Amino acid sequence: MLNIKCPYCGDRSQKEFAYGGDGTITRPKLNQEISDEEWDNFVYLRKSPRGKHIELWHHIAGCRQWFKVERDTTTHEIFRTFKPEE
Amino acid sequence: MQKYSVFSLIKNAFSNHEKWDLAWKDPTPKKEYDVVIIGGGGHGLATAYYLAKEHQITNVAVIEKGWIGGGNIGRNTTIIRSNFMYDDNARFNEFGMNLWRNMSQELNFNVMFSPRGIINLAHSDAQMNAYARRGNSMRLNGIDAVLLNREEVKKIIPMADFSDDVRYPIFGGLAQPSAGTARHDAVAWGYARQADSMGVDIIQNCEVTGFDIEAGKITGLRTSRGDIKSKKIGLCVAGSTNVLAEKLNMTLPIETHLLQACVSEPVKPVLDGVVTFGAGHFYISQSDKGEMVMGGDLDGYNSYAQKGNLPTIQHVLTGGVALFPFLSRLKMLRTWGGIMDMSMDGSPIIDKTHIDGLYLNCGWCYGGFKSVPSSGWTFAHTIAQDRVHELNEGFSLNRFSKGYLLDEKGLGTKTWIS
Repeated sequence: MLNIKCPYCGDRSQKEFAYGGDGTITRPKLNQEISDEEWDNFVYLRKSPRGKHIELWHHIAGCRQWFKVERDTTTHEIFRTFKPEE
Repeated sequence: MQKYSVFSLIKNAFSNHEKWDLAWKDPTPKKEYDVVIIGGGGHGLATAYYLAKEHQITNVAVIEKGWIGGGNIGRNTTIIRSNFMYDDNARFNEFGMNLWRNMSQELNFNVMFSPRGIINLAHSDAQMNAYARRGNSMRLNGIDAVLLNREEVKKIIPMADFSDDVRYPIFGGLAQPSAGTARHDAVAWGYARQADSMGVDIIQNCEVTGFDIEAGKITGLRTSRGDIKSKKIGLCVAGSTNVLAEKLNMTLPIETHLLQACVSEPVKPVLDGVVTFGAGHFYISQSDKGEMVMGGDLDGYNSYAQKGNLPTIQHVLTGGVALFPFLSRLKMLRTWGGIMDMSMDGSPIIDKTHIDGLYLNCGWCYGGFKSVPSSGWTFAHTIAQDRVHELNEGFSLNRFSKGYLLDEKGLGTKTWIS
């Protein structure tokens, strides 16, 4: 079981969290012309690296805050957790 | 090639079974091949076999990082079905069902294909309506679909919980009687043995480290056992697709996730076919040895680990025990995991790429086993003819940007919840 340190609440069991996917994807800016390619990149295309991965997690059964985790996708080791704006 | 039969079995008994031919050779990689298939799993080996058999292309190498049959072909829960709603998925997999039916004879290898049927259970009126719709779609594509009511389901799986006070009562289900299971290792070995006998080189313990691309055309690849030239290269690497895509500077609509499965201790025959729970993610069948073979959700976060965590097993088996209370008294024999190439709509990709001579076969999510023959057959066609077959034209790489998704379950792009 993963032990995830919520930046707001501290160490908690994996069961309290929901996964939110790749944390490096940014939504195209609003109120601007957005090309099909930009939408494609945002909605569908993922690097899904083997190794270090920055991802979003949601402390859904806790403080309900979203935050980011840097984790190894092979060993599941968590290097750091941080607030989305950090 | 030595033919396997009862007579060869008797003959070899006299020499204590010590003089059987090797099922496939262990060749040193040549400098150049007409086609190189990366990935010695079910899909890769089937592709090599159909390249040789259907297209007479025998100067082919299958490159495998580990050993053949050590990836998802040896880790799945062996379910074979074609109960899909969308035409592209239904036709493709029904074509595969016909290949499954003759596979043991064609490969001269007993793959133990056992068409014992599958039932998807429904737990509400809405789910029954959705299944009726899917069943009608299946029948329009010539696939046997039977909508069962509660009493009919009870006759087939009387040991399920049919009491009045359950949280998710069984309303009925959708059955495909022609679905079934097969021995997964035998499928890999059977294809490998036949491909080898037609001249295909199966090269194990050979990792791909890079690709040579000149002016938009693939010219070869670099491996841990030397450089190999080839004008046509097919990728069949399932959970390692993203890793090789990175070496090719490609970004794909694929995420790699971990799926676990487990088996119980063997018990006497209790469950005839495959049953899926409709109110959670859980499916179960009984192996010929008597073990209950079970699986369900992904672990829920990107992973290349090939081994999973306990919370998912607990979650899956909670659904299992809700459906079949007797499971709570069984001991678990083992659990294991495999890494899945989850596509953004739950359907596969078999297509050419923007690099000339590079072909892509991926996105099988956790349903790749049933598609081994149909995938191999269509991928071989795509490589040999340099164009997609009508059976796999729906599985295009650009369907995402074009908006022609094949989202069978309507789950969207959160691959980890599908």
